[in-house]
Amino acid sequence: MKINDVILRTVVKGVVFIILTLGVYLFFSGHNAPGGGFIGGLVLGSGIVLLYITYDLETVHKKMPFDFKKVAAFGVLLATGSAIGSLYFDAPFLSQTDAYFNIPILGEKHLTTVTIFEAGVALTVIGTLVTIILSISEDE
Amino acid sequence: MNNLLVLPIIIPIITAVLLVFLRSHIMLQRIISLVTMLFLSLISYVLLELIQIEGILRLDFSGWLPPFGILFVADSFSLLLVLTASIVTTICLIYAFSTIGNRHEHMFFYPFVLFLIAGVNGSFLTGDIFNLFVCFEVMLLASYVLVALGGERIQLRESLKYVLINVVASWMFLVALAYLYGTLKTLNMAHIAMRVSEVGQDPMLTTVAILFLVVFSLKAGLLLFFWLPGSYSVPPTAVQALFAALLTKVGIYALIRLFTLMFPLNQEVTHTIIGVMAGLTIIAGCMGALSGRDVYTIATYNVIIGVGFILIGLAVGTETAITGAIYYLIHDMIAKALLFLLIGMMIYLTGETVVKKISGLIRNYPLFGWIFFIVMLALAGIPPLSGFVGKVLIGQGAIEEGSYVLLGIGFGSSIIVLYSLLRIFLASFFGETTISFEDRKPIPKGATMSFILLAISIVYIGVGAEAISVYVKDAARTLINPSIYIDAILKG
Repeated sequence: MKINDVILRTVVKGVVFIILTLGVYLFFSGHNAPGGGFIGGLVLGSGIVLLYITYDLETVHKKMPFDFKKVAAFGVLLATGSAIGSLYFDAPFLSQTDAYFNIPILGEKHLTTVTIFEAGVALTVIGTLVTIILSISEDE
Repeated sequence: MNNLLVLPIIIPIITAVLLVFLRSHIMLQRIISLVTMLFLSLISYVLLELIQIEGILRLDFSGWLPPFGILFVADSFSLLLVLTASIVTTICLIYAFSTIGNRHEHMFFYPFVLFLIAGVNGSFLTGDIFNLFVCFEVMLLASYVLVALGGERIQLRESLKYVLINVVASWMFLVALAYLYGTLKTLNMAHIAMRVSEVGQDPMLTTVAILFLVVFSLKAGLLLFFWLPGSYSVPPTAVQALFAALLTKVGIYALIRLFTLMFPLNQEVTHTIIGVMAGLTIIAGCMGALSGRDVYTIATYNVIIGVGFILIGLAVGTETAITGAIYYLIHDMIAKALLFLLIGMMIYLTGETVVKKISGLIRNYPLFGWIFFIVMLALAGIPPLSGFVGKVLIGQGAIEEGSYVLLGIGFGSSIIVLYSLLRIFLASFFGETTISFEDRKPIPKGATMSFILLAISIVYIGVGAEAISVYVKDAARTLINPSIYIDAILKG
């Protein structure tokens, strides 16, 4: 039986944007305020899961042709890579560094290597979350 | 600061993740994982040598000094175990190449083995008790997958039990950590040890210590081993061997660390409890090994006897006994891996698990039979094989301390071990065989090679006990004098 989900689909189209924006915001604010890779990743992942629930697997997969297991693996690689990068500079494992850069148009910005680590965490969380939900739903 | 220290945990993780991308290239996966493990063995050997020159090494992550940051600490005890674990895993991988089967290899078998070894190495190396919890979880998550991988009915049933038991144990671990942090306001192991020695080990701290004892007993299979025989007999042979060699040993390591470094002051209570638990474990393990009809039951109860025996060393607690416990721990990792590999091969060759239904294996596979004989003698503690030194030293320690009951139980168990394995040897290896030499199923070359390598290690540890005694003595000295460890962390 096909249920009428016009309302859900219409609402989700708008809401997913808000969720994804909030996810990105949380990810970047994680430095000096509550947030960070894990929380940002959870919010982004839940946005993706919402898309999967509203639309069917094929439709979403057509637009986002990622294997989420590999997304998670790539995340781990990014995080461990940024951690092990400090070995090259003969600093203790996991050392991070930061600096202020003057970027045209954007002005002076605070750039850190910990963002790379956090991006790895976020990708791992997104990949794992979506993989878990997809494997549960596949089992029917 | 020495960044080498982090390699035993970070290299397997990175390699495991890379292998996820190489899912369909099985040959490449095999080569990469083998090279990784060989490299790890080499690194741990280098670190072990470095410790002999420079003393205890430590690595403060991102430069946060102890007790504020998380750190890795390498003393001879941890590194001996990391080295043994890496070697055993390498050899188990060689066995797995020819036996594990395409289905496992395709379902990320090698990445999970590497995650497992990362967790194991991390647990041995960490100097922060919360980090120990994290490394335990890394190891356990990988082991959950390895138990369930294959998806047979019995595997799913046993893995469910295994997961539940471990989740409960991990929850208790967290509760114990909370109590500990609530009382001492620190999680750094050296700092805990220092504060405990400053304020004395009052009843509150002893209670916390006993809670930790319960947690690690569940993980190590000390008395609380009811989950162990079931979940160790369902996964494929190579995984069984890894579990028997590594998982319970991490629990034993944690117990030894806990009660020599952090809570050594109230020995009448804690060490007595450990002693009683160790004695009961051995008795129960012996009963299980004697009553078992199939090879799996006998082998898994032998693991339990081994756990009890090592912890006699801790319960006695003298330097001699601890030295013996370390020797026996190393021996047990290698010998139990070999025992499980051999037993898995027996079942692969005959398709039977019941001892009486197998017969005459030695006629068709002489080398296989004699290697079983060697491991049997080693486990019983007959010189010059690897079990001997450990048993003698633990016995000597027990006599010094006057723990004659534990001594009697421990040495009595050697006879039971010998009897239970001799029963397999006489029934399954001797006697007439129904299969002619020409019709026999060949043993895969990789499997034979892994048997030979492990057998060589057993003989080497026995005959060359003198060669490794430098490291073992240093390890025991550090364990008996916690101030060496504490000073290296907090005053270095």
